[in-house]
Amino acid sequence: MSAVHLESVGVLGPGLPDWKTTCRVLDGELPHRPEVRGDPDLPQLPPNERRRVPKLTRWALAVAHEALAGAARAAGDVAMVFSSSSGDGEIVHKLCEAVTSPEREISPTMFHNSVHNAAPGYWSISTGSRQRSVALCGHDASFAVGLLEAIGLVLSEQASVMLVACDLPFPEPLAALRDIRAPFAVALLLSPASGERALARWKVSLGAGPASARFPHMLPAALATNPAAQALPLLAASRASVAQSVSLVYAGDRHMTVETAPCR
Amino acid sequence: MTHYSTANPLGLGRAATLAGLRERRGGLRPMDLDGVTLDTWIGRVGGLEERPVVPRLAEFDCRNNRLAQIGLQQDGFDAAVAQARANYGPDRIAVLVGTSTSGMEHCERAYRQRDPRSGALPGWFTERYSLNLFSVADFVQRYLELSGPAAAISTACSSSAKVFASAARLIEAGYADAAVVGGVDSLCLTTLYGFNSLDLLSREPCRPCDAARDGISIGEAAGFALLEGPGRARSGVALVGYGESSDAFHMSSPDPSGDGAYAAMHFALQRAGIAPREVHYVNMHGTGTPANDRIEDRAIFRLFGDSVPCSSTKGWTGHTLGAAGIVEAIICALCLETGLVPGTLNLDRVDPAFASRVAADAETRDLRCVLSNSFGFGGSNCSLLLGRLA
Repeated sequence: MSAVHLESVGVLGPGLPDWKTTCRVLDGELPHRPEVRGDPDLPQLPPNERRRVPKLTRWALAVAHEALAGAARAAGDVAMVFSSSSGDGEIVHKLCEAVTSPEREISPTMFHNSVHNAAPGYWSISTGSRQRSVALCGHDASFAVGLLEAIGLVLSEQASVMLVACDLPFPEPLAALRDIRAPFAVALLLSPASGERALARWKVSLGAGPASARFPHMLPAALATNPAAQALPLLAASRASVAQSVSLVYAGDRHMTVETAPCR
Repeated sequence: MTHYSTANPLGLGRAATLAGLRERRGGLRPMDLDGVTLDTWIGRVGGLEERPVVPRLAEFDCRNNRLAQIGLQQDGFDAAVAQARANYGPDRIAVLVGTSTSGMEHCERAYRQRDPRSGALPGWFTERYSLNLFSVADFVQRYLELSGPAAAISTACSSSAKVFASAARLIEAGYADAAVVGGVDSLCLTTLYGFNSLDLLSREPCRPCDAARDGISIGEAAGFALLEGPGRARSGVALVGYGESSDAFHMSSPDPSGDGAYAAMHFALQRAGIAPREVHYVNMHGTGTPANDRIEDRAIFRLFGDSVPCSSTKGWTGHTLGAAGIVEAIICALCLETGLVPGTLNLDRVDPAFASRVAADAETRDLRCVLSNSFGFGGSNCSLLLGRLA
């Protein structure tokens, strides 16, 4: 398998407000302080659009903008792969309540915001990018499933790809059925060539049997319940000064092995 | 594309689908779902209510996975995959399934049975095996006993066109030798009342390209295809190109310029190294909404002029949403194999503003290369180019 290169990262989660802080936490320079913040307010978007963007999309766009800025690239130069296990749970809940009420009235905006590709759609609308995008789901393996899709694009099309993975806790009553205890979003800008900026080089393969990656010990266990936070063991290993191998949850009781090596 | 199968409102299997197209017998009927009063037409797949999923996968039982199972059982598709599994090994065959709502219908049922005091959902309902979008891909992978790369792709109404592009890339990048691609979407209240809220439902069977068209009819369907790497097949139908783009315009209205639709078609031809005059038929997205068909006509005319016949088959099947991409790719494959240009159902008078060559009636031609369009909410466009081998 050929390698892909990690150019830049965006991160958002409790106590992980950006990639820079996340690096310091993963490196043990800064203790992790889980602070509760509201949804990101997306200063990159014009005010009228900012209001329309649904919750999950807010988180997705916030990290995508951070990664884009980190790579000093234009949105129109990168394809987007969006991956989420559970989509926008608030919208699912409201739609189910609406269609099981006597009036069955749905807000048209809520309906079009309910599509799984809402985040890439709003990304394209707000940045003007006409690049292709895709939205996927792999339940608990959604991060690795999205990563494989992104790698397929990088390797077969020599394209630069923004992978965004994001999951949020469900509202009740759905929360009782899906244990995601903390919100998390991550964006990884991947490219075929090893430019000056590359942070790490990854080679990815799939194998039989369960994953063995350990969640970074300094982060709370609640975060490990978020499928998108599967990115954190990989990012921690990618910070190391020597080559490492990380095994992530993949679909069908298999695992994905990422061999990561530093670029500088 | 060595094997393929479908279950859609025209019937179960390829022969029933082709017969419906040839005999100009549509699969739509007035709304008859229990307790739904919307004044619209729908396309249903018969027998879903009586055919639960196989006992070994009982936890997956819901309308959408039942529909997936019926699709897999048509045209010897499951047996063809078993043969491929023996040839390549189960871990070398990817499973990529497009869906927009997965088991949403099951979740709606659960919401109707919430505990009146606590609000809790009933014990029979799980998120993982029905509501979660991956449920249908998980079900298909287990049903076919495969263990390669797997994903549910959900980009609204382009979902099961996108699966072809993703599969081609995974094979090219070396992560699989073959792929089962599919699309499955089943009727649910959310899509019916959702499209109704956008004033996009027709009260009649939908009339793509007609001057008096006024909206869509929603259908449900499943479709599957087995894609094998280049050079595996000597005859039959092959995916020769695909093109993808984003509109960068609006979540639920297509870009009036048609630039996104044009780009998807253009990229598909470019990838295949095919000139517009070498394309012999375009199966339109053609939903029957005033805006979609007008904009798509303009984009087709810009690329192909008025020489290539184009038509929409949604008058037969309804708009099967996340399954539309593969159902129409399968219709294109049937056309390539038989030389049928299916025309357009429920079309009385082509919109006089249209410039491309809309085929109203069926034609017979030597078809070698055909294009299928799928456009979805979020401005997600995908065009597939299929060709006949030998």
